[in-house]
Amino acid sequence: MGAGTRGASGGAWRPNPVARTVLIVLSLAFAFLMLVMPLLVVVSQAFGAGWEAFWRAVSDSFTVKAAKLTAITTVTAVAANTAFGLAAAWALTRYRYRGQGLLTTVIDLPFAISPIIAGLIFILTYGRLGWAYPFLEAHGLKIVFAVPGLVMATVFVTIPFVARELIPVLAARGTDEEQAAVLMGAGFLRTFALVTLPHVKWALVYSVILCAARAMGEFGAVSVVSGHLRGKTNTLPLHIEILYNEHHYREAFAVSAILVIASVLVLAARSVVETVSRREVR
Amino acid sequence: MFVELREVSKRFGSFEAARKVGFSLAKGTLAALLGPSGSGKTTILRMIAGLEAPDAGDILVDGQSVLGLAPTRRGIGFVFQNYALFRYMTVFENIAFGLRAQKRPKAEVRDRVAELLALIGLEELGGRFPAQLSGGQKQRVAFARALAPRPRILLLDEPFAAIDAKVRRELRSWLRRMIGHLGITSLFVTHDQSEAIEVADRIIVTNGGRVEQAGEPIELYRSPATPFVARFIGESTVLSGYGGLRGFEGAPEGASCAIRPEFVRLFAPGEPVQFENSVQEGLVEGLAFRGDALEVTVTVGGFSLATGYSLERPPLSPGQAVKVLIYRLYAFDGDRAVLVGNRLLANGGGGYNFQI
Repeated sequence: MGAGTRGASGGAWRPNPVARTVLIVLSLAFAFLMLVMPLLVVVSQAFGAGWEAFWRAVSDSFTVKAAKLTAITTVTAVAANTAFGLAAAWALTRYRYRGQGLLTTVIDLPFAISPIIAGLIFILTYGRLGWAYPFLEAHGLKIVFAVPGLVMATVFVTIPFVARELIPVLAARGTDEEQAAVLMGAGFLRTFALVTLPHVKWALVYSVILCAARAMGEFGAVSVVSGHLRGKTNTLPLHIEILYNEHHYREAFAVSAILVIASVLVLAARSVVETVSRREVR
Repeated sequence: MFVELREVSKRFGSFEAARKVGFSLAKGTLAALLGPSGSGKTTILRMIAGLEAPDAGDILVDGQSVLGLAPTRRGIGFVFQNYALFRYMTVFENIAFGLRAQKRPKAEVRDRVAELLALIGLEELGGRFPAQLSGGQKQRVAFARALAPRPRILLLDEPFAAIDAKVRRELRSWLRRMIGHLGITSLFVTHDQSEAIEVADRIIVTNGGRVEQAGEPIELYRSPATPFVARFIGESTVLSGYGGLRGFEGAPEGASCAIRPEFVRLFAPGEPVQFENSVQEGLVEGLAFRGDALEVTVTVGGFSLATGYSLERPPLSPGQAVKVLIYRLYAFDGDRAVLVGNRLLANGGGGYNFQI
């Protein structure tokens, strides 16, 4: 008796062929209409007038400045959140204390809060009407409508990425190996670097990549604190908006293409990390 | 005494893991902390290591309190229940870890690791990762890793729990030999009485966060101090109100006792009966083959008792009448256990005389 016979008699479970076709077509069509096609349009528009026009738009001095600013905010935000994420994940999984639940909730806050509110929080704290303004003014510091504000807004929005990724990994690993290391005379740094870090290595790389992707494209919160000073406080997403509003469509698409390509690279990096880390399961 | 615990107490919330625990170990002893799960034995081990701090009491090593010492400085080798080998390091690196943490010179690290690999018989496997080892090999590596920095005391938490039954017996005698050879003061936690009896020189029985009794294995078996030890070490049947048993008529109303299988002797029909006036009638309830002997369950005086029965003796069958002699039993008196002999026997049930 072959499997086919049993299938025909209704004994074995078989996916319904109609449902199967419909589901596949629907999901492919949806992904194409909503994701792939718009991206293709961006890229084709960007290169629509040829390489030269694309290059002119991309090498425009304001674009270059915006790209540099995006790089600065991204690197700073990722560095800050990696440090914070590691510390928070360690603090949440290795010690017991009051207020642990609060810290867990607070870490998630940026996911729940609208980016525009995130931006306003900084305006209201450090802006002209903010309580910290007199102090900043007295010391000649500028946060809002300046680079520090952009970095802070980006950090705020991307806080959960690293911590959220590391907490379950660290929690699942338990503390036995760390205790073993301590009993053998290893100090905190040695234990952390040689015992803990290898466990979270891939989760860390993965979360840093996602964090970078999010930081690069952040628009809402950054838009509020930026003040849109061209060449000074415009990141790439803000620069694109300005180009678009000024009807420089071709340039807007060309600069968008940079971000799209960067995103694709990040996704590629992510899947490489996933493959490598899965292979390295010892 | 090399290791000494004095009235050590520890509670986790409302759970009392240790209540005024006190015991001591002479240098070079291999001791077992034996008790059911939740009896506080692992907590005691972790307090000696410094992984938990006692709420009260003192822990001394070599005459000095170690409570003020960080775990790092106590000179403890610890073998974790699941070994906790560093999975991203090779066997060599695992064993070298403690030496490197103490910043020993490279050559010394290399020699010491080679020496330990030879000791555990895994010279060839220094380059493997823990996931590439069998359970028994992992345990040996964990053992070597704990010993590498030359600790003063070796603590092992359920060292055989994660190993399958066949390898376990082998490892028990291996570990016993190893520790005997090294002469290091060792304490291991187990819930398995046969493991404790086989491996340890000294057993500390814990129950409900308290030490019930500490002593040599044979001492605990022969003279259990508490009803718990009488029940927990060795096989026994616990009875309540045993005054109906011949030779024990004077027992207090409702008193309990424990009877070991070897305290009960059966006489099959036709067999010559010793101590004619000390025996009573019983009925064979069931028979079970136990490999080298039969285990017979017999009903006597309204109780069911188990005892061994040699295959060489006359065959028995369920429902058969037999004569039953009970030499002695452990009478429970509050939280004490007392050995009581059959008063109808000439020597009062005889001493419990066996020798090893």
